Amino acid sequence: MSQPAKTNDKRLLTSASYGGGLTFDGDAPAADPSAYAPEQKKRSGWTVAALLVAAIVCLPLFSVIWLAFFPEENIWPHLFRTVLSTYVLNTIVLMIGVALGTFIIGTATAWLVTHYEFPGRSLFNWALLLPFAVPAYVIAYVYTDLLEFAGPVQSLLRSWFDWQLASDYYFPKIRTLPGAIIMMILVLYPYVYLLARAAFLEQSTSIAEAARSLGVSRTARIFRIALPMARPAIVVGLSLVMMETLNDYGTVDYFAVRTLTAGLYDTWLGMNNLGGGAQIATLILVFVMVLIGLEKSSRRNQQNFQPSSSRFRLSSRTRLTRFSAVMATVFCALPVLFGFIIPAWVLSGYTISYFENSWNQDFYRSALHSIGLSSGAALAAVCIGVLLSYSKRLHPTRNMNVSVGIASLGYAVPGAVLAIGVIIPFAAFDNAIDTLATRFFGVSTGLLLSGTVFALVFAYTVRFLAMAYGSINSSMKKISPHMDDAAKSLGHSPAYILRQVHIPLIRGGMLTAALVVFVDCMKELPATLVLRPFNFETLATQVYQFASDELIGQSAIYALLIVLVGLVPVILLSVRIDHSRDIGNHTRDIGD
Amino acid sequence: MPIRPKNCAIALATAVSLCTALVSTAAIAAESVNVYSYRQPFLIDPIFDEFTKATGIEVNTVFAKKGLVERLKSEGKNSPADILLTSDFGNIHAAVGADILQPVNSDVLNANVPSEFRDPDGLWFGLTNRARLIVVSKDRLTDNRPARYEDLANPEYKGKICTRSGKHNYMVALTASVIAHAGADEAGKWLNGVKDNLARKPQGNDRAQVKAISQGECDIAIINSYYMGAMLDDEEQTTWANSVDVIFPNQEDRGTHMNISGVALTKASKNRDNAIKLIEYLSGPDAQAIYAEVNHEYPINKSVKPSALVQSWGEFNYDAIPLADITEHRGAASRLTDEVGYDN
Repeated sequence: MSQPAKTNDKRLLTSASYGGGLTFDGDAPAADPSAYAPEQKKRSGWTVAALLVAAIVCLPLFSVIWLAFFPEENIWPHLFRTVLSTYVLNTIVLMIGVALGTFIIGTATAWLVTHYEFPGRSLFNWALLLPFAVPAYVIAYVYTDLLEFAGPVQSLLRSWFDWQLASDYYFPKIRTLPGAIIMMILVLYPYVYLLARAAFLEQSTSIAEAARSLGVSRTARIFRIALPMARPAIVVGLSLVMMETLNDYGTVDYFAVRTLTAGLYDTWLGMNNLGGGAQIATLILVFVMVLIGLEKSSRRNQQNFQPSSSRFRLSSRTRLTRFSAVMATVFCALPVLFGFIIPAWVLSGYTISYFENSWNQDFYRSALHSIGLSSGAALAAVCIGVLLSYSKRLHPTRNMNVSVGIASLGYAVPGAVLAIGVIIPFAAFDNAIDTLATRFFGVSTGLLLSGTVFALVFAYTVRFLAMAYGSINSSMKKISPHMDDAAKSLGHSPAYILRQVHIPLIRGGMLTAALVVFVDCMKELPATLVLRPFNFETLATQVYQFASDELIGQSAIYALLIVLVGLVPVILLSVRIDHSRDIGNHTRDIGD
Repeated sequence: MPIRPKNCAIALATAVSLCTALVSTAAIAAESVNVYSYRQPFLIDPIFDEFTKATGIEVNTVFAKKGLVERLKSEGKNSPADILLTSDFGNIHAAVGADILQPVNSDVLNANVPSEFRDPDGLWFGLTNRARLIVVSKDRLTDNRPARYEDLANPEYKGKICTRSGKHNYMVALTASVIAHAGADEAGKWLNGVKDNLARKPQGNDRAQVKAISQGECDIAIINSYYMGAMLDDEEQTTWANSVDVIFPNQEDRGTHMNISGVALTKASKNRDNAIKLIEYLSGPDAQAIYAEVNHEYPINKSVKPSALVQSWGEFNYDAIPLADITEHRGAASRLTDEVGYDN
């Protein structure tokens, strides 16, 4: 699985530094078209297919932007005058807080497990990924339940100190902006950990040794060499974290933190102004494009730091002594404890006490639905990811770059808004077919796609394509273009080359993509609610129905199952990390 | 086997068709009716089950708290939905505005639903009524209890009040009713006064406010009447409900603010007869009794008695202003809430 990394060569290193733009000089579109006439035809087939798929994937986004042109009334004077500053400020504080927290936890734990030997290291190696399986809204419910006045923590404190009322003592409130920041850090840091860890593993030891021989201190080696070298990967992790933070509604709503997303829903539902809501969604998109732009420019400056994998050598880990070993163990244990063990423990407790109420046909069926949908979306996202990244490799035109970039933006749109964006083109398509069929055949076809699982799988695919594409594309980029050239010179078609050369080499990246999309789909809630067919429940919708009514006990078994099913891919993912260093560029190329 | 695009496509098609096969086939059964519901399944499912038992007509539902009106509107004349079930008057208003409903003219409905709780043209019908109550701490607020919504703005209650978000439908409707009665300026002063009296930033649902009172965080809350019943039916939450007394506001003047849950027939309905049967059933004695007993709402049908708990609160005067007059001010109420920074 680690083969692709070994095929790296100088040419790729330089070309990769252009940030996914015109990558392979041998393939430059400026080449005389007449000279390659037959091949050109095949190429354009791929390009057309990719552009078509990208356009379809972009439809929901365009619907949202289209809606933004038709607000019920102009919301901005009112928003400017009243709540906009609060929304923006809360959003920024939330994002910075979550980014800082995930950065510190993610990179520090990644550094510890890659460079040091301490008790539990090999366990933490994969256990640090566990919180990835816990949805943010679930962790928010769990900690509110634990830390509120009537929860076990405060009850215990009261019985110790003989307090009676909430006004008798101070206890930090969980349903606040800092509370929301902490909840999100706990479940989102694995993104940073995953990427930072892979980047640290890839770093050549020779550089570290050279630095050491020059007398550079350990701190300086971390901050002046290792971190800057890992920066592109870490920045990708952080941008995923920030996008996830931006589109979160469940947690901020539950914690009453008024962010832009909360304002969006308020404008849409409270003021009955979907167009105004779409304008806020568009504003969020702009925000994200700026983020992606920053990420790309940061990568552009990193060109000289691309490690040469052929010179890769596994660094030996330093064994930590007593005190620092304990500190390292504790530091790695805390995120796992708070992000996974405690929530899973609480949910298990509830599951046991409400077991008889919950274990029924509904439970079994919603589990099946969740798994079916998530698998479908994972497959679709991987296929589209391969199509887009291979077409871009064959024919890296500007059009292609732009459409692929837009196609990855779905990740930043809040779920329910994306759902409306899916409904509009689907219903328009269905109704157009129906009109045609009625006119020419006298048969009404009704709604073919709207309100089916297809709409759901599509929505999931649009939403999570960025992650699938990023992972696949970075694997694809590691394959030397010489291999394409060699295969081409043997007279093989691009499709044959993809099947025989690329796909076997990028299988690892495809697996990562499928797993990440699968886990995210299991957790997806708002789009599922709006788009689902009749009588259709998933695990996430069941959790929501109970938990939004403060019936956390009944929801526990569903939440627990989301976590457990999510664990399978997480474990597979961590096994893969251990066996391959090829993951380093997982989702590096988001929005490329 | 290598992973090939073709295999990929086949696998994808299989996965999708598998998913489709999982979907209940009830939607194409001969006798059925399809419902988009803003109301939660655990309340309405028992009623639908009874309906199916009585008539043999299957009921298929999609439940969501947002987006159903938009979905109906986009699906247009081909929408499979026959009925829209709403959790408050705001949803009905949005549906009327989206022009996705058709009128129903039914003697049964006209007899079951009092005229103030249905559209004159039959575009929508109220099904249940809820009173927006003030609850106060049994132990800590024994004297000088608020008797009117207006009292909540009195400085004497500083740091004592808890509410949910001011932008929630139920709060917006209450503020809109204050605007309807006293005008925007007075309503603004009132809302500002309530905000100044808040014990904490608005959060949680109505139930969470009662919990906060039982835990000593505040002494006064505004909640919908059925939450009291819901809490008393839950072992753990009984103590919350028992920590408060119920007050029906504004008994000496305009009466207590009410909100309805409702039902409407969609323009696209393809099972019109079955749909009307279901709407009539929902307003009839059997369904109304379930609404009353299970969810402790006030039945819209006068022939059905509220639950014992609700009856124990006694008769009261309700604000009889037409719902459409309140709804007219929802936008203003929502903006006012932003202006006073109620949720900040």
